[in-house]
This record gives sequence, structure tokens and C-alpha cells, in this order.
Amino acid sequence: MSVRTLPLLFLNLGGEMLYILDQRLRAQNIPGDKARKDEWTEVDRKRVLNDIISTMFNRKFMEELFKPQELYSKKALRTVYERLAHASIMKLNQASMDKLYDLMTMAFKYQVLLCPRPKDVLLVTFNHLDTIKGFIRDSPTILQQVDEAFQQLTEIYGGLSAGEFQLIRQTLLIFFQDLHIRVSMFLKDKVQNNNGRFVLPVSGPVPWGTEVPGLIRMFNNKGEEVKRIEFKHGGNYVPAPKEGSFELYGDRVLKLGTNMYSVNRPVETHMSGSSKNLASRTQESIAPNPLAKEELNFLARLMGRMEIKKPSGPEPGFRLNLFTTDEEEEQAALTRPEELSYEVINIQATQDQQRSEELARIMGEFEIMEQPSLSTSKGDDLLAMMDEL
Amino acid sequence: MVAADLDGPYEPGVRRADLGLQVHWCVLPFRVLLVLTSHRGIQMYESNGYTMVYWHALDSGDASPVQAVFARGIAASGHFICVGTWSGRVLVFDIPAKGPNIVLSEELAGHQMPITDIATEPAQGQDCVADMVTADDSGLLCVWRSGPEFTLLTRIPGFGVPCPSVQLWQGIIAAGYGNGQVHLYEATTGNLHVQINAHARAICALDLASEVGKLLSAGEDTFVHIWKLSRSPESGYIEAAPLL
Repeated sequence: MSVRTLPLLFLNLGGEMLYILDQRLRAQNIPGDKARKDEWTEVDRKRVLNDIISTMFNRKFMEELFKPQELYSKKALRTVYERLAHASIMKLNQASMDKLYDLMTMAFKYQVLLCPRPKDVLLVTFNHLDTIKGFIRDSPTILQQVDEAFQQLTEIYGGLSAGEFQLIRQTLLIFFQDLHIRVSMFLKDKVQNNNGRFVLPVSGPVPWGTEVPGLIRMFNNKGEEVKRIEFKHGGNYVPAPKEGSFELYGDRVLKLGTNMYSVNRPVETHMSGSSKNLASRTQESIAPNPLAKEELNFLARLMGRMEIKKPSGPEPGFRLNLFTTDEEEEQAALTRPEELSYEVINIQATQDQQRSEELARIMGEFEIMEQPSLSTSKGDDLLAMMDEL
Repeated sequence: MVAADLDGPYEPGVRRADLGLQVHWCVLPFRVLLVLTSHRGIQMYESNGYTMVYWHALDSGDASPVQAVFARGIAASGHFICVGTWSGRVLVFDIPAKGPNIVLSEELAGHQMPITDIATEPAQGQDCVADMVTADDSGLLCVWRSGPEFTLLTRIPGFGVPCPSVQLWQGIIAAGYGNGQVHLYEATTGNLHVQINAHARAICALDLASEVGKLLSAGEDTFVHIWKLSRSPESGYIEAAPLL
């Protein structure tokens, strides 16, 4: 599988996360002068987005991210986003974090599936970056960080062949395999069916570089056309208008990866029904996976590069609810199907003798706002269990 | 029938496989072998599916850290089994009538990009007949004649798009490309005789019903098409007609 997939996965999922958080924060927006101490204001929203984006695009973190490496599992990657989401004054309960991750992953799965060419996943990434730049347009330092990430993407992916992009596409699709959570917005727009599968359109423009199907041309030994047959293809395709731009600024043409959330469209996920056909679904093996420790090592290294800024002075953490009411959030936590639960992996750097002191110090800074109840007992002992294998 | 799975609890009788795997039954003159490829190497089993007769570890020697290492493309040619690799090399294994004494007899150099697919057909009896085609990520096709030493007969250049699937039938090469086109070439000359704008997305697979000359193409555009292959009675040039 391709070892160049993680940056694309991380940046696109991160982009989706920001779209969702932005929408939820706007929806809960209270005008500054009328807000109580525990209510969100415009200033708070901007601050949360700024904090998360600057953490995401931190130079050292990007350096670690762009190293050639295998993809993490869905559960392992979720830990990174949980840390990221808590990079600011915002807090999320488990149920809200679960819902956030579900929405993020289903959205990017949709985008990857519908990419006309494998290379277009790069345009999707650029769409996310373009919108992210819009969120932080008042902060030149962070803008600079995002532009640097853009340059790195161009350097690494600009010269890849179509075959390598096909391998990246396959690697991404394997990551998303068997994920069929129904998202209300997708269901309403009829891009997802009730069984959680996405609808692949058979109309619209063909990918750049592809001809509209329906023609057979036959040639003689000299390469001259001697016969042609037209046939009905079954779809309803038209030629591609133009190629999307891979420059720093430009018309991407592709709409996948742009912000599809608006304040008035709350997005729900549906858990019931997605647990049908359990027998046919690939179950995550409960036997200890010998590669898990190695994955945790890579993950810890990646997260060690994530610099979370300590908030100055004592500040209460603002809780963001991804559901419409607190009761709904509690209910969602109780009724989440077993096979979709994410056991929290609590990485404690100090347990492993090989960790550098620097890493232990950085990891220690993560713990500021954690409450013990956030980690399950399974997560606590995970590394210890691995060491006993 | 064989189905392959990546995850799942370990059960005897169920082969655990790595990512990027392929499975192929290789029908040889005196035996049938089951061949699996992955990013670690090549495994060959007896037709019962659990007696392993051969394991070949892939040599990732000159691969850079960013390069994916894997074997891809499996075909049987006479008493040989040919397997493609990430480097473009095609490994040729000499298979005895029975037993595990399998030998890597040759490494074919013709491709610079990862092999995608290999197609073979029984030699038609004459001398100079092509009986194997190999394809790669750049769309390049190499046409070979099998033997104690394989001979490269022709090269058909690509055009910037991978060729994920290739078939060989009565001297006709059928190639499916990442841009949705199916091309038919004359194996002896390498000339393009038919170009079909068949699919709106990349072609995943081609299959051929050799007794009736029908070619099936499946693409990521969700469509499956069937084409009738033939030769013009006057000119002898390859022709194709849509059936489905």
C-alpha cells in the first residue's frame, strides 16, 4: 500500500472537522454583549478555529506527518483528532467527539469515492486548504503555515504518476472500508442510500483526460481510421469543461471538499440500521494485534510533535455539543452500537522507557484539561498490556 | 472459488493475507497451483488450498523508502508461472509436474514501472507466436514469446495512463486503461486496430470468453460492457462490436 497517504487523509479529515466545528459554533452563536459566561460568541469561535488550525499546521507536526509511513487504523487516528479538537478552550464529550469523527470520515469517504480521477484527491485537499485559509485570513502567521503545507503537498504529490495516485486511492478506500454510517444531509440530497452506501452518479462531466463513452474506432495497418460505430453507453455523460488548477491559487473546478455545511442545516448521523448484516461485516479482531504497539509508537511520535498552546491564566473550558440538546447527547452515548465504539487510547509516554524526555514533557502538557473519566480503563492499560505480550 | 480477506479472526483453513493481495489459479499441464501475491512476497499452494509448496520473498533492495513494494500480476504460461513486481521486473518460475521443487528461472526486464497485469494464451503452434503480454502503471505493454528463455517481441508504448488489465486471444491484445478506453492491438505487429471509448472512469478488469471471442470490461463508472471481437473477412483486421 502507498506510504504517502497519511498527509492527504489527515488534512482532508482535519478540513472536514473544521467545517463542522465552524458550523456548530455559528449555530450556537450568541452576540457578544448578550452572552452569558458559558455561551459561545463570535470571538470565541474565531479563537477556537485559530487555535486548532495553528496546531494542525505547526511546522514540526507537518514535518512528522509528511514522512513516508503506513496509515493508522481508524481508532488510532481518532486519538489525533481528539487532541486537536481540544487544542483550544473548547471541550467535547465522548458522544460529540464520536459524532464529529463519524461525520468527518463519512464526508471524506464520499469525496474520495466520487473523485473523477485518482489525482483529483489532491484538488479536494486544495479545496479544504482554500477554505481553511478563509477561516484564518486575519492571521498572517497561520496563513504562512498553511501556504507552506501547500508547497509541501505540491512538492511531494505534484510529480506522482497516475498509477501512484491509483494506489493512494486504493489505500484510502481500504481505510474507509465497511464504514456505512448514514448522514442525514447525504440521505436528503440522495447521494447516500438507506443502507449507508453512496450513490455513484452516472451522469455529468467525464474526468479530465477521458472521452465520453459511446464510440468505437477501427484502424488499418497504417493507422488510418476505416470504420466507426457509435453505441448507447447507458450513462449520460458530457465532456469535461476544463482541468482544475493545482496552483497555489486557482479555480479547482471540482466541488468536492468545499464546505457543504451551513448554519441552517444541522447534520445528523443515524446509528440504527447501520448494524444490519453484522455477520457480513468485517469485525475488528479482538485478538491482540502485534502491530498495535508499533502503530502506537508512530502515533505517539506524531502527537509528540503536536504543540498545544497552554491557555494563559485560569480559563473555564467551553463545552461544545454536536447534538441539539444535552439529553440527546447523553442518549447517543448510551445507544451507540458496540462495533462502532472507539475505545480511547490513552498514551502515557512515561510508561515506556524508550520515550525521550522531550516527548514526555510535551505529552505531559496534553494532560492539562483532561478529566480522568475521559479515558476508559481499557485505554489506560493498553500500553501496559502490549508490553506484557 | 477463492475469496480473500484482510481482517478477521484467525481460523485454520482461512488464509490470512496482507494488503494489496491478488489470488489466481494457475492451470499448468500436469497440476493446478493457487498463487497469492502481497507486499511481502509470493505464495504458491497445491490445489487443496493449504499445502504451501513455495514462498518467494520480495527483494526490496533498491526500493526507496517512499516506494511501495509488492507483487502484482499472475499468469501461467506452459509450465511456467509469471509474476509481476513493483519494480517492473517479471519473475518467471519453472514449475515441475509435481512436488515443491520450484525454481526462479528468469527475471524479465522490459518495464520500469510497477506491473499491473499479465495475460497469456497457449502457443498457437507456430514459431514466432506471441503468447504472453505484460502491462504496467505507465500503460506500456510488452509482448513476449515463452520458452526456456522468454523473448521480448514487441513493445507497445503507453500514453500516460495506467493499464490495469490486459487479455490475449488469438493474437489480439485487449488492454483496458485508466481513462476508460479499451484498445485492441495486433500482437505480432503491435499496431492499434480498435479504440473503444468504453467507460467514463478507470477500467478495473477485463475478462475474455475464449471460445466465443467475447470481451467483458468492468469500470469504476459502475458499468459492465460486453464486446464481440472478430476479424474482418476482407482485410483480416481486428474489429469489435458492442453487445451489452
